[in-house]
Amino acid sequence: MALKKFVVGCFEDEKVLFPAVAKVRKAGYKFHDIYTPFPVHGLDSAMGLRETSIHTAGFLYGLVGTTTAVTFMTWVFTKDWPVNIGGKPNFALPAWIPITFELTVLCAAVGMVLTFCYICQLAPFVKKHTFHARATDDLFVMVIECGEKTNEDELKALLTSVGAQEVNTQIAEEGWWIGRYDQEQSLYKEPNIA
Amino acid sequence: MSATKYESQLREPLVNGNKTYGQVTQDIVHTIEAKPTRLWYIGFYISVALLMFGAYSVYREVTYGIGQWNVNRTIGWGWDITNFVWWVGIGHAGTLISAILLLFRQGWRTGVNRAAEAMTIFAVMCAGQFPIFHMGRVWMAFFTLPYPNTRGPLWPNFNSPLLWDVFAISTYFTVSLLFWYSGLLPDLATVRDRAKTKIRKHLYGVASFGWSGSTKHWQRHESLSLVLAGLSTPLVLSVHTIVSFDFATSVVPGWHTTIFPPYFVAGAIFSGFAMVQTLMLILRKVMGLHDYITLGHIEAMNKVIVLTGSIVGCAYLTELFMAWYSQVPFEQDIFFKYRIAGPYGWSYWLMMTCNVVSPQLFWFTKLRRNVLFTFIMSIVVNIGMWFERFVIIVSSLYRDYLPSSWSIYYRPTIWEVGFYLGTFGLFFTCFFLFSKYFPVIAIAEIKYVLKGTGESFKNEMEGLETKQLDAFVEEMHHGHHEEGTVKIAHH
Repeated sequence: MALKKFVVGCFEDEKVLFPAVAKVRKAGYKFHDIYTPFPVHGLDSAMGLRETSIHTAGFLYGLVGTTTAVTFMTWVFTKDWPVNIGGKPNFALPAWIPITFELTVLCAAVGMVLTFCYICQLAPFVKKHTFHARATDDLFVMVIECGEKTNEDELKALLTSVGAQEVNTQIAEEGWWIGRYDQEQSLYKEPNIA
Repeated sequence: MSATKYESQLREPLVNGNKTYGQVTQDIVHTIEAKPTRLWYIGFYISVALLMFGAYSVYREVTYGIGQWNVNRTIGWGWDITNFVWWVGIGHAGTLISAILLLFRQGWRTGVNRAAEAMTIFAVMCAGQFPIFHMGRVWMAFFTLPYPNTRGPLWPNFNSPLLWDVFAISTYFTVSLLFWYSGLLPDLATVRDRAKTKIRKHLYGVASFGWSGSTKHWQRHESLSLVLAGLSTPLVLSVHTIVSFDFATSVVPGWHTTIFPPYFVAGAIFSGFAMVQTLMLILRKVMGLHDYITLGHIEAMNKVIVLTGSIVGCAYLTELFMAWYSQVPFEQDIFFKYRIAGPYGWSYWLMMTCNVVSPQLFWFTKLRRNVLFTFIMSIVVNIGMWFERFVIIVSSLYRDYLPSSWSIYYRPTIWEVGFYLGTFGLFFTCFFLFSKYFPVIAIAEIKYVLKGTGESFKNEMEGLETKQLDAFVEEMHHGHHEEGTVKIAHH
């Protein structure tokens, strides 16, 4: 993780944003990200992001829950401490359906949310660079990382021409760090470049 | 006038007024940023006072034992379990709105889902108190959990509906909390990024988990919401089904029936929607959210109330029919001698009036769209639903197979009532704090449906009259995401 240079273009309308995304992609630039105040459907595929597979993770967590519940109850009632309850069978699968179901749902939900937080780097006290404060309000903020060969002025001109209301350059941390939002913070000090 | 333009007569806009995204944020977040009103303080202090009274009642119960209540042999469940079932039932509407209506793609849920989910969580918190303190020796409540212990280990009975309840309620609470909070993250980030004071910026920064609004995160968030909705849908049905098993798996006349699961679930949704109405109408008034919680929303919820109320009515009649048709004398006596007549007959007829007769008035559009009438009805329904549980519990328990164990007329003590009032205190204290510190309407979701259903969209439709159809379709195609939840629009 280090400081990087980004060109930021802000859009006010998703109707302008979509053609802009297509044009910027066509011009060969790679998006760092687009920050939006709400889920804009189709933007992920327009940006060329692949589908998420978080639901597969949810399914697997669910299986873990089912297996845990059934094996645990079977072990308890047939091996560890078999109790004669009115002469009913010890292996009482139909009576275990409710608990098995609840545990399946619980594991799937908790597992998915934790996975979601992990892969999106979300946790209390986590801080990320805010490219524009209105990205969570009413602006669609397109962020493009500048490589060595990137012509910054050309890129800015392109963003303006495709309809960005506000274009600027920012030098920022690209990842996350432990920090506070009420203070200006940076993970690393500017390295001393001789 | 052009023949190509079509404006739906059935679907009204979900958000009134020609709002921009910025205005939506402003309208919803400004209550968090402003000082609370006098009305808020009054309500909050009353709630806290009730909570204190409840805490004292519980203190007496814990110190001196269950004898502080008038529950007796055979009415061992009395007010306590009545309250438990009532609160759990109320909790159901939140998940129904956020999960089932999401799967059914009901756009109107966006205006009310956040507050309804909060209501669910607080209601389940209240519900949980009752069975826990009903145990008497509450410090041993953890015995219900299957943990390796020094008594064998001795495990709880996994075949018992009462244990299923432990799992169902705790799972329900956890999953609702996760669903609610994951939905809150983007909105808390909105509050954070607008914050003017340092302390607010810091606290909402912590609470929003560093949400940035990245497209990839949104994509995962949508997928997460959809799967959680998919999980919550059977979950919400299972929870009240399991609560009804507490009754239905027994052999008590009036309880031992297979109709209980669907009957309880419909009743839960019925009372839950009534509580959502009560809260929404207050929120709407106090916070000036008329543009977001429109008459259309109120009407939609009233339709759910009249539907579920009718289902509940059918269930009541089915019970009576089955009691007669079964030719079981005990069943017949319970229903025809001790429920609709007898010393508790008044509670049966109160239940019938509130739950079956009065909601039928909602067949009239005028009444469905009348705010005051809806508010009164929402309270009437919840009184009725409380009495439903009271009727089921008390009127089945006070007369059973053995006349020698028939119990005397049951009246609660002040501490029993105090416990119930205390949960009202807890519920409304939480709700007041929620309405002050959290966005009461899902901001991001409103923004998502805004352009597809708002006034501005309608104005754009005027374009149809002047433009070529192909050009219009092309423009709409690029500009507007599809109405719906998660599936990606094709480009």
